[in-house]
Amino acid sequence: MTATLVKETSPPGTGLVERARRSRRRARIVALLFVFPALLLLGALVVYPVLFSIGRSFFDASGTRFVGGDNYTEMFRDPATLKAIRNTAIWVVVAPALLTGLGLILAVLVEKVRWATAFKLLLFMPMAVSFLAAGIIFRLAYDEDPHKGVLNAAVVGVHDAFKGTSQYPTARARTGFGLAKEGDGSYRTDAGVQPGGSVSLGLVGVAPKDLPEGARPAYPAAQRKAAADEVRGVVYLDFTPGGGGVQGKVDRRESGLPEMRVEAVRDGRTVADATTAADGSFRFTGLEPGSYTVKLPASNFAQPYQGVSWLGPALVTPAIIGAYVWIWTGFAMVLIGAGLSTLPRDALEAARMDGANEWQIFRRITVPLLAPVLTVVFVTLLINVMKVFDLVYIIAPGDVQEDATVLATQMWLVSFGGGNNQGLGSALGVLLLLLVVPAMVFNVRRFRGSQR
Amino acid sequence: MKAIRRGLSSGLVQAFLVLIGLVWLTPLAGLFMSSLRTSEDSASSGWWTAFTSPGQLSFDNYAALLKNAGITQAFWNTVLISVPATTLVVVLAALAGYAFAWLDFPGREAVFLLVVALLVVPVQIGLLPVAKLFGELGLFGTIPGVVLFHVAYGLPFAVFLLRNYFAEMPKEMLEAARMDGGSEWRIFTRLVLPVGRPAIASLAIFQFLWVWNDMLVALLFADPSSQPLTVELQSQIRQFGSNIDVLAPGAFVSLVVPLVVFFAFQRHFVQGVMAGSVK
Repeated sequence: MTATLVKETSPPGTGLVERARRSRRRARIVALLFVFPALLLLGALVVYPVLFSIGRSFFDASGTRFVGGDNYTEMFRDPATLKAIRNTAIWVVVAPALLTGLGLILAVLVEKVRWATAFKLLLFMPMAVSFLAAGIIFRLAYDEDPHKGVLNAAVVGVHDAFKGTSQYPTARARTGFGLAKEGDGSYRTDAGVQPGGSVSLGLVGVAPKDLPEGARPAYPAAQRKAAADEVRGVVYLDFTPGGGGVQGKVDRRESGLPEMRVEAVRDGRTVADATTAADGSFRFTGLEPGSYTVKLPASNFAQPYQGVSWLGPALVTPAIIGAYVWIWTGFAMVLIGAGLSTLPRDALEAARMDGANEWQIFRRITVPLLAPVLTVVFVTLLINVMKVFDLVYIIAPGDVQEDATVLATQMWLVSFGGGNNQGLGSALGVLLLLLVVPAMVFNVRRFRGSQR
Repeated sequence: MKAIRRGLSSGLVQAFLVLIGLVWLTPLAGLFMSSLRTSEDSASSGWWTAFTSPGQLSFDNYAALLKNAGITQAFWNTVLISVPATTLVVVLAALAGYAFAWLDFPGREAVFLLVVALLVVPVQIGLLPVAKLFGELGLFGTIPGVVLFHVAYGLPFAVFLLRNYFAEMPKEMLEAARMDGGSEWRIFTRLVLPVGRPAIASLAIFQFLWVWNDMLVALLFADPSSQPLTVELQSQIRQFGSNIDVLAPGAFVSLVVPLVVFFAFQRHFVQGVMAGSVK
């Protein structure tokens, strides 16, 4: 009876358990079907390669001989990889700090203008541009010729605005005609001249087409007599167009050289200076009696300033970092700006009421409150900077590539770009991975923290 | 007095920001202007001279680009790589993200932590082993190979982003749907995907840009017939200067698509880049 009862009641019971178990198993199979494609790709193309690379880094170039840690010691001995490690260190030290600072300043300032949104959009725009396109853009901008590269055009423009340009870089004096060249590139008359006297300073080496516009013949001025307390003279081009004329003499058709700086020197001291007029004439007035020499300072003959060699070996890394800053500043600014908008308005207002100035507010309140956001920006950039590849690969011209090389480009060169040492290449890859391990741990910790 | 000082300092701020804005705009303007000049003009003078003699400018370079078989092929390759690589990442990550958020399977937490750890793995470490693997599978030098690599390295971030977004959904909503007898597939397509739209949009934009702008991966995995625009242009960079009439318009074409995406989807774009910057 009881047996039948049990028998009768048990089937539905076990059925329920059975069905629940079966449906749970079904749910698990469904779940696995959902994750399987992603995990397959991750396993085959990410996890397996990491393990493979770690293993491979302990073998030699061809992969047949186990060499232990040799590839890792080689890394710090080989000048090329050592250079890469050094350059990556420069990137890591400079770029994230620079960008975070710039982003912070701009984020604070942009709050003060009405067109903040447009500005943010403009600065964020380079984030959409590929490193390749950015590389081409900056290859153009960094062109060394100031007639082609916009950066050197600006640098030369600023330089010339402050220091002036020389008109006659090619001009020189014939030897034996009264002018002697000094060690610093200036010219000086051989013989002294007394007040009341005059001099004619003939130069050659200026093509008639290079004469400044408005230059006039020097002959009339050369005929004028000097007063008792002055020295007069002309600076002229000692070359008669079409031939003829006498060397060392101002002929009728010879042109004056305008805008030339001239100095009167007595006992080694410059006592007067003048600039030549359109006909090349100049005069020093109010001179005390005595013997003077007339000097054409070297600045008249200076070579034109050619700007900076941005992509030369010395500056190539800072130049590429400049391009990187162009790309990432918007990112730093927008992220910090988002943090800024969550700051408690009352704290800022209260500080203002207490008479704090903007700098104090920035220094004592804004920055400390923003510290978490600044850390995130800084760490993100740090991780990115370690892996920088395309920009260096594109911007550094072929012959300075080895001066600009960083870990990622070196890893590429060693493994695929002719080096063909896949053992060392793998070791460099593993080094890159090791560098981001702290970030990995940080991410995992933060995620686990957020789940509790 | 105070008002004057404030006005002055705000004027200074404005001037400073205008200056910065101009500095930021100049490189792009330079590229665009250069793309409109002949290579002879570019070899002899800077692009800014075109402001005073606009006769230098013409769209001839772009017309020539359209006839350049290498460039047009590369442009289509870029599309053929970017679109599937984006779609696949979104689909696979949405499936996995939902499972990690709401479905129960053994080892769920541990596997997800592994995915989080993979977030920052540099692409470089995968190049050599995957090249060997693809060589054996016949995928080396093909578009599917490039796509698969991009998908794999896009997945950790994608799964991470979508799992976290889906996990925020109210539990009651899903339970109600399950009570109604909806299958997981139905719940996924009818409920989870629509709710997750903002995150999916940000992810798709981020991934699209990442792949569109990539050079490194394609440099290794694509052969001349499957290479995208970035690789095609970089192969011409060695003769920099002489072929600026190809490089400048080519680079401009390659960045116009991302710029359009940027201006069309500003908000999603910024969010996507912000979220994805951990990569």
